[in-house]
Amino acid sequence: MRLFRRCERRGAAAAPRATPILDRVPLRVRQVFIAYLFLLPALAVMGTFQLFPMAHGFYLSLFDYSPLSPESEFIGLANFRRMFEDDIFYLSLMNSFLYLLVVPAIIVCSLGLAVLVEPNIPFVHFFRACYYIPVVTMMVVVALIWRFIFDTDRGLINQVLVTLNILGEGIPWLTSEAIALFTVMTVTLWKGLGYYMVLFIVGLKAIPNTLLEAARIDGAQPWQILLFIKVPLLLPTIALVAVLSCIAALQVFDEIFIMTGGRVGTSTLVFMIYETGIHDASMRMGYASAVGVVLFGIVLSFTVALWKFLEWLTAKVY
Amino acid sequence: MEFVTSSEKKKRAFALGLRYAVMIALLTVFVGPFLWLFSMAIRPMGADVYELTLFVENPTFGNFVDVWQLYGFERAFLNSVMVVTFIIILNIIICSLAAYPLARIKFPGSQVVFIIILSTLMIPFQIYMIPLFILMRDLNLIDTLTAVVLPFSVGAFGIFLLRQYYMTIPKDLEEAARIDGAGEFNIWWLVMFPLTKPAVAAMAIFVFVAQWSNFLWPLVVLDSREKWTLPIAIEFLSGGMVERTQYIAAGSVIAVFPVIVLFFFLQRYFLGELTLGAVKE
Repeated sequence: MRLFRRCERRGAAAAPRATPILDRVPLRVRQVFIAYLFLLPALAVMGTFQLFPMAHGFYLSLFDYSPLSPESEFIGLANFRRMFEDDIFYLSLMNSFLYLLVVPAIIVCSLGLAVLVEPNIPFVHFFRACYYIPVVTMMVVVALIWRFIFDTDRGLINQVLVTLNILGEGIPWLTSEAIALFTVMTVTLWKGLGYYMVLFIVGLKAIPNTLLEAARIDGAQPWQILLFIKVPLLLPTIALVAVLSCIAALQVFDEIFIMTGGRVGTSTLVFMIYETGIHDASMRMGYASAVGVVLFGIVLSFTVALWKFLEWLTAKVY
Repeated sequence: MEFVTSSEKKKRAFALGLRYAVMIALLTVFVGPFLWLFSMAIRPMGADVYELTLFVENPTFGNFVDVWQLYGFERAFLNSVMVVTFIIILNIIICSLAAYPLARIKFPGSQVVFIIILSTLMIPFQIYMIPLFILMRDLNLIDTLTAVVLPFSVGAFGIFLLRQYYMTIPKDLEEAARIDGAGEFNIWWLVMFPLTKPAVAAMAIFVFVAQWSNFLWPLVVLDSREKWTLPIAIEFLSGGMVERTQYIAAGSVIAVFPVIVLFFFLQRYFLGELTLGAVKE
């Protein structure tokens, strides 16, 4: 109640000073004014630093723009046509799609983890917190740790494998074209699991106990309860995890930059945007923007398609 | 009442034991790599950094001092703190201001504004990064910390989270304040804003973790050493001509340790962003 008294005091003090014109304006109108006044900072910042650059990106994708040359020529869709002949684009596109393989892995592993730490047994909060540590750690550091662990000559994994005589010589985890991308994917998976685990725990807790009791009384085994009761009831959470991890997978950059530097054929679309637009000496920003437009199309269609599919699936199950 | 036979009891105890065994085994997977990093960071120069042991001979904290003083980590740490502090403060102010009318005032165009704000959630940053770079260049902000702060000073997710929370506050409170003669601004600042503390805290932590780790944008927009944030400073060490693994590890520990400590103290708020939304459904 102290709060109200404070208001009252301030209100009373401010009243004589308030402009009479504003007081005569009806509350409705005043509120509309207030609403837009409150929204102004957010709309201004978002407009300037998010929406305008986005629109500008579409515009730039039609130009042969580079900050290094004074002229920027309108070339229509030539940037998009160029992509079809660009091997790096094909590779990056393929890798970005390939990277989506982490999505099912994330769903299965984080659901498993959630089932493991869902019951309220002693110390379970400690274990949950420990599994969550990678989520709050910066990707640059995570990628470096795993770069040390996956090092071909001296890395932890290869040392163990060779010392135990499982392998004669170490696996070139990050230097072989065949497996480097998959190695990086395991790191993305490892870092994200805790986050999705929490989402699944929230989902599992929401399942009514009566349903599980009934199944138990009917003699259902734990694995049957998990597969035929919990999983179907978790479909909305699974949908959310699928969409979130899908978008995240298409945006992967840090771990690739740190672990392979985009070498041995591990470039993705985001990595390509950075390379061609910023890092490469010729700074072909027009072309990079065109790649950005393609990526935007992919992200948008994947999000919408996944959402629709899972909505349909959910409707069918219930 | 449930009838439990002794064999059933044994089975349950075994299942519980198995569960703990798996949970403890998984600790090696999730915490082990961090211990490994720490053990690398305290190995003396000249020692074998990759040696397969957690027990380090002649452990030294000199690597931390070296990295802090000689490799610019003091500066980078301060820069990171500054950037993140400004971003958090701006987010709290701007997102709260925007969320309030969207949740509690009926005004023409509210739907359209809300959809415009949410639409930015669908646009990954990486897609407009290059035009943003051009914008910063035109504003003469390349290689400044301002350029790192501005694009992240508001987020659709924060607005959404706070809006959900504002919607749960009872209408009576606002009307009581209005009858008491409070102006519209005071209603928000003195009555509404203090009530959203849990949501604001959750948003602040979410923004903190995301921006403390932000790598790509500072990499694009920062050039000079004095401006670097921690992730860039670490990346520089790891990509250097002479790779000194102890230093990379020490720098990484400096960057990560404060966040992990904070996480263990403020766990509830770290998970708030995930669970606040869920309660509302």
